[in-house]
Amino acid sequence: MAQTSDVSGARSANTSSANMNHHILSVLVQNRPGVLARVAGLFARRGYNIFSLAVAPAEEEGRSRITIVVDLDSAPLEQITKQLFKLIDVIKISELDPSRSVERELLLATVKASGPKLADVSTLAEIFEGKIIAVVEDFVTVSLEGHPDKLDDFEDLLGRHGIVELQRTGRVALPKLDRSSRHRSAH
Amino acid sequence: MADSPATPERITGAQALIRALEHENVDLIFGYPGGCILPAYDPLMDSPIRHVLVRHEQGAGHAAEGYAHVSGKPGVAMVTSGPAATNLVTPLMDAFMDSIPMVAITGQVPTAAIGTDAFQECDTVGITRSCTKHNELVMSADEIPMAIRQAFHIATTGRPGPTLVDIPKDALTNEMEWYWPTDEEVQASLPGYRPNTKGHPRMIKEAAKLILASERPIVYAGGGILKARAAEALRELVELIDAHVVTTLMARGAFPDEHPLCLGMPGMHGNATAITAMQQSDLLITLGARFDDRITGKVDAFAPEAKIIHVDIDPAEQGKVRRPDVPIVGDANYVILEIIREIKELLQGGTRQADTSAWKSKISGWQEQFPMAYEPSEPGGPLKPQYCIEQLNKYAPKGTIVASGVGQHQMYTSQYWKFNDPYTWVNSGGLGTMGFSIPAAIGAKAAMPDRTVWAVDGDGCFQMTATELVTATLEKLPIKVALLNNSFLGMVRQWQEMFYDERYSSVFLDSANVPNFVMMAESMGCVGILVESPEEVGPAIQRANSINDRTVVVEFRTDATEGVFPMVPPGTSNSDLILHPTQSDPTRALQPEPKPIDTKLKDVH
Repeated sequence: MAQTSDVSGARSANTSSANMNHHILSVLVQNRPGVLARVAGLFARRGYNIFSLAVAPAEEEGRSRITIVVDLDSAPLEQITKQLFKLIDVIKISELDPSRSVERELLLATVKASGPKLADVSTLAEIFEGKIIAVVEDFVTVSLEGHPDKLDDFEDLLGRHGIVELQRTGRVALPKLDRSSRHRSAH
Repeated sequence: MADSPATPERITGAQALIRALEHENVDLIFGYPGGCILPAYDPLMDSPIRHVLVRHEQGAGHAAEGYAHVSGKPGVAMVTSGPAATNLVTPLMDAFMDSIPMVAITGQVPTAAIGTDAFQECDTVGITRSCTKHNELVMSADEIPMAIRQAFHIATTGRPGPTLVDIPKDALTNEMEWYWPTDEEVQASLPGYRPNTKGHPRMIKEAAKLILASERPIVYAGGGILKARAAEALRELVELIDAHVVTTLMARGAFPDEHPLCLGMPGMHGNATAITAMQQSDLLITLGARFDDRITGKVDAFAPEAKIIHVDIDPAEQGKVRRPDVPIVGDANYVILEIIREIKELLQGGTRQADTSAWKSKISGWQEQFPMAYEPSEPGGPLKPQYCIEQLNKYAPKGTIVASGVGQHQMYTSQYWKFNDPYTWVNSGGLGTMGFSIPAAIGAKAAMPDRTVWAVDGDGCFQMTATELVTATLEKLPIKVALLNNSFLGMVRQWQEMFYDERYSSVFLDSANVPNFVMMAESMGCVGILVESPEEVGPAIQRANSINDRTVVVEFRTDATEGVFPMVPPGTSNSDLILHPTQSDPTRALQPEPKPIDTKLKDVH
């Protein structure tokens, strides 16, 4: 994802999702009651940290794909994937190296802004190719879809205007088409 | 009209449940009825399946474990919802830690009431999610046969473990069309579950080469040997390569103690030779064991020069504690036989096994120098618990099964009983569940009614689950209980003596006074015998062995000051083991070279 130098320079270190110790697991599961609780419970029980989590139905009926960004400071990736794979409902785990995957995330933010400040926010959204979704008297809601790093930068700059409410979806990812990522499957 | 297979047979979910259990060859259920599981207890009356009515649901769970331990078949426990289900949590976790195949069936409030905080409702699948290999809430009668098939399949394949099927009352009372899923349908319903039983051929070759090249090999045999029914294969391998074996707490009996190559139990309370041989070996041939903290001591200092071959059916055990040089994911029996084949091929091809004679003479030197030792009772003094175990063992009929609780008596039994047959030792290894022995012994007796079953218990453990002696009496499952009563929580007392400046906090149970164990036993229909002096020990045991129509409780009044030794203090290296105080301090001789001892005990647990 191309970034201008002034934008990336504004990134704050502690909230950055480009942390080198983060790794992405794309987990294909049977879409059954309690499957998310099983995955989340495993992480809690073994002391593994989840940085972000996104779940939705996958391409095949009865399957869901969970994209988990794990914090590798808490445990070695090998143990995390092996323990995860012991869950009966887990069908396949792909370990996605950030350099060999495409990642996307969606951000919604409501900012207190009116008059000239509204113009500033609007310009910012324009630079980042985001959208103004709603405007009322003193508030504006913007959305931005893109690479999580870009969202980090946008969030930082937006923060100067005072974010009232923020929701990010957590990242979703798939392997890049040009290079194959490592797969771990049941078969 | 159509042939009978085409005519659907309509039965209730409860009937389907019992029929499904029959199809899974269940001959015995340990259980306790109640509100939501009531419908299942009605068709059970017409089934050939025997129901053993326990006195507490925890007892049903441990009895199912004991049954599974000795028979290899999955133990089944059936209880109602809410408090009954929560009472099963301890045995489920126990079975999970020790990889015991077990299927629990729990009643649940009707589907319409789920989530309303109904009477005796609890989130059973939520509560048991982390203490089962898998669990499932069935929402309709139709789903019952498949859920039961999946539960048995998952419990008994791969790394065995407990499974649970939670069935709402209306799923039991509603009708369904009976069907029995095929193997293929079960497989298809579990696309994420394909345990690997065959080890990687290249890794197996690699293991064979390492074994032949090793000058100081030790076979580290764990409970996986018993789960894989690999005791025979193990013996063949050991005799082929002429290497010594240690058998972990979970593997006692997997290799005969009387065999000259058996070193016995390693670990925190293992014998000095087993611990030291592992510590100084150059190759640990790890078969179905998991480098538990009670085995390794301080992990960084564990067997520092050893390469590791790690055979385990659970891939997550590979590298969890100690990185293996040769990881092999597969069934222990299959992999051992393959390794034997490879070794034979290498030997036939001219490869020669490294010379292990210096190592073996070193081992026999340790065995002579550091035998298991305790001081006999002084005349008129209290009984030594080790002596009681030796005598129990001496008089035990062939094939006797021993179950134990958790604590000093468990360690004494593992140390001083000579286990020569697999599936004769039943204990709670991973979870360390006090009170395990009596219900587990009842389960073992139910599985093997012709065998003598001794439960070795402490006075703390006994008071947790002794109520199941009523079950033993009324269900005609006569076990024998050796109650080592030292009036203390012995193991905790020992730790307070060694690590808390002899400040004895809440460990005195006063059980020489209250309760009166003999009266307690007799009140539950058992024979109670009190033994206070060494000369009474043998005759009391013989008397107990001669009574086969009633449960017998023999209470031995034992020495409270006796400790379990050797001991590797928690958090320290296996090179720093402490021998029995009566063995003059020769510990340093066990070390390869003098090392500074870390006197600060970190992470005492």
